Amino acid sequence: MFSLTQLFGRSTFSHGIHPPEHKAETAQRPIRRMPFPQQLVLPLNQHIGKPAVACVKKGQEVVRGEPIAEADSYVSVPLHAPATGRIRGIELMPSARGPRTPSILLDVYESATQEVLWGCERDLDSLSPEQLIQAVRETGMVGLGGAAFPSHVKLTPPTDHAVDTLVVNGCECEPYLTCDHRMMLEWTDALLLGTRIAMRCLGVAQAVIGVEDNKLDAVDAIAARIQPGSGISVKAVPTKYPQGAEKMLIKSVLNREVPPGGIPAQIGVVVNNVGTLSMLGRLLPKGEGLIERVVSVVGPGVERPGNYLVPIGTPVGFVLEQAGHEGRKSEIILGGPMMGTAVPSLDTPITKGTSGVLVLNEPAIDTESRLRSWPCIRCGRCLEACPMHLNPSMLGQLAAKREYEQMGEQYHLMDCFECGCCSYSCPSNIPLVQYFRIAKSILREKP
Amino acid sequence: MTNKAQIEIRTSPHAHSGADVVQIMRTVALTLLPLAGWGVWRYGLSAALLLLTTLLGCLLAERLFNRLRGQPSSLGDWSAVITGLLLGLSLPPGFPLWMGLVAAFAAIGLGKALFGGLGMNPFNPALVGRAFVQAAFPAAITTWTPALFDGRFTNPVPSTLAWPFLRPADISPWLHERAVDGFTGATPLALMKYEGQSIPLTDLLMGGGAGSIGEAALLILVCGLFLAFKRMLDWRIPLSIMASTALFAWLAQLFDPSAPGPLIMLCSGGLMLGAWFMATDMVGSPMTSLGVLIYGVLIGFVTEMIRLFGGLGEGVMYAILLGNAAAPLIDQWTQPRVFGAAKAKARKSA
Ligand code: SF4
Ligand code: SF4
Repeated sequence: MFSLTQLFGRSTFSHGIHPPEHKAETAQRPIRRMPFPQQLVLPLNQHIGKPAVACVKKGQEVVRGEPIAEADSYVSVPLHAPATGRIRGIELMPSARGPRTPSILLDVYESATQEVLWGCERDLDSLSPEQLIQAVRETGMVGLGGAAFPSHVKLTPPTDHAVDTLVVNGCECEPYLTCDHRMMLEWTDALLLGTRIAMRCLGVAQAVIGVEDNKLDAVDAIAARIQPGSGISVKAVPTKYPQGAEKMLIKSVLNREVPPGGIPAQIGVVVNNVGTLSMLGRLLPKGEGLIERVVSVVGPGVERPGNYLVPIGTPVGFVLEQAGHEGRKSEIILGGPMMGTAVPSLDTPITKGTSGVLVLNEPAIDTESRLRSWPCIRCGRCLEACPMHLNPSMLGQLAAKREYEQMGEQYHLMDCFECGCCSYSCPSNIPLVQYFRIAKSILREKP
Repeated sequence: MTNKAQIEIRTSPHAHSGADVVQIMRTVALTLLPLAGWGVWRYGLSAALLLLTTLLGCLLAERLFNRLRGQPSSLGDWSAVITGLLLGLSLPPGFPLWMGLVAAFAAIGLGKALFGGLGMNPFNPALVGRAFVQAAFPAAITTWTPALFDGRFTNPVPSTLAWPFLRPADISPWLHERAVDGFTGATPLALMKYEGQSIPLTDLLMGGGAGSIGEAALLILVCGLFLAFKRMLDWRIPLSIMASTALFAWLAQLFDPSAPGPLIMLCSGGLMLGAWFMATDMVGSPMTSLGVLIYGVLIGFVTEMIRLFGGLGEGVMYAILLGNAAAPLIDQWTQPRVFGAAKAKARKSA
């Protein structure tokens, strides 16, 4: 289907969906600091890659900002104490990533001033790109958009590709979430500093910040602070989901397509999130670690929705107590409604990759049509929605027949990035994405 | 505070468009009601009885096959209602009721249950039912009655109440009695084809003097556009059928000026009903955007060929069935290009 935006101006990818945005409730609320809970839960695997290794002992006192776990390999980052307190121990705790994982438990000193007491100020301009990347690594920074990929790895693309452009992802295309929006508005200078640092790490002269056009105030704020000649530009892109998916955003701002199974570096691009870069811009000059992040706490079940600066490791239950939560039957989701994970336990902590706490309660989660599924009627809506141009209907039918190999070979299952557009559109309410996740994991395990 | 028992765990996405099969089917079924009402107004009691028969017949058959297969009732999905109404709308007004019942069972049994129910049927069930009775009762299905005859609400056409398995009585004396001016019992297409007569366009638009209950081009267009607007049918299908039919009719007229022109071809027979309500059956039509266009053109082309060269006046039904048969293949050929795929090739060769 053609879209008006394609005809008249802003370029974008084809397909995708327009779910209700639900951003008005929190987009205007400035970032506020959330108090410390009594205890923080700090999983050692808050990033993709090898978990960090604890370097503190039970009973040890730590000050806010001090490293408490070290990176264990190249794809790994250190972890810092988000508060001054005493290590209670290292135990298996619930996490958003499924099974219980080894976590450092930290009892927070109530009377402490909670000043950041650890860091090493640096003159960034004097550092070489390698030293800069090392500095990035020492902050324990990972992609804050949700993927939690260690930033220093992302800023070191494979050398066999010539990277020429940094794309900064300010789309925030998931409904409900507004934390990136607030960071762009309130931390604009930090964002631009972070962008310049990332450009220097990558050795590129060009950076484009792509922002969905439902956040034109952010576009204006950024445009007003960009220094001429910095090579940085900001571009509004049409609001639609999943505009913030790397491949879609690159298509929209640069009109380049990442080949199937490929990575952005192959076409000369590295993508970073606005949240990640603004946080880098705040931390790097002081040489501090990543100990807190902005989290959108939203949804029909939240009484005081807003964007909160939350210490890493704060249990979801505490966040909801602070923001107010109607105690009805709810679905508690870390991240947005399209790709976020529903958590089984209120003890689950906020981690580096948690962009939102979304509470959906009755009746939003209980309509009958959401509970029952019908046979595929071949309506084709999933095809029209899939941004990767797959055939989810066919994939779904093959999944039902367990023909996983054919799904992979003939119907490009591995190119599905689980954005959920197909499930969202399906009038038969077929759990397509769920089928694909299972099929993908089965195919991955095959020799 | 929420306690553990009240936390729901589901997999992403946690949001849904709210589109719902039942709601789509129900809307399509309800949109057929104005057409049915108009047919009843034009053709009277016989049309009403026939529509009721096919409707109830389809519901009955659906339930029966559910039972036989040990499934829960699928009447709630409204698809059998659509089939029943469409089937009735595609039959001539004086069609014997018992044959209507046979058609309904053929539609659901052969057209749907045989393949496994909703979503599994390769052909539009209503068309399967109609094709079945076309073959079984060729005389009855080409016996037409005039529209708006006097007494149509009190006296059904004599053939309507024919006894099962008996040849329905010849209705020509009855027609003669009504003394309907100039009614020959031929459909507009047949008149054009065999007698070189043309039919006033208004007749075609509002439902011709003779034809199936649901032949009212203008009303179908309005109802169809409504559904297209509500995104409950794919407008590209009727559009490509109509465009290609018109194009081929125009070409045919270039060669043979006596052939019916585009407007007549579009407005006569089951073309509009077929294009908007039968070819658009999601289950039997292709899914890709290019696929639906090919499908539409194929149907337009075959319709035109059958109408021009075939022995039957009516080609839409077979054209759509053929289109349904070709749909899986069309889908296969027109699989969308995976995002980034062509670029990848271009870069490799560069
Ligand atoms: S989840 Fe996969 S198949 Fe479904 S729309 Fe997204 S990319 Fe396409
Ligand atoms: S959206 Fe659902 S019902 Fe429609 S074709 Fe896709 S899988 Fe089938």
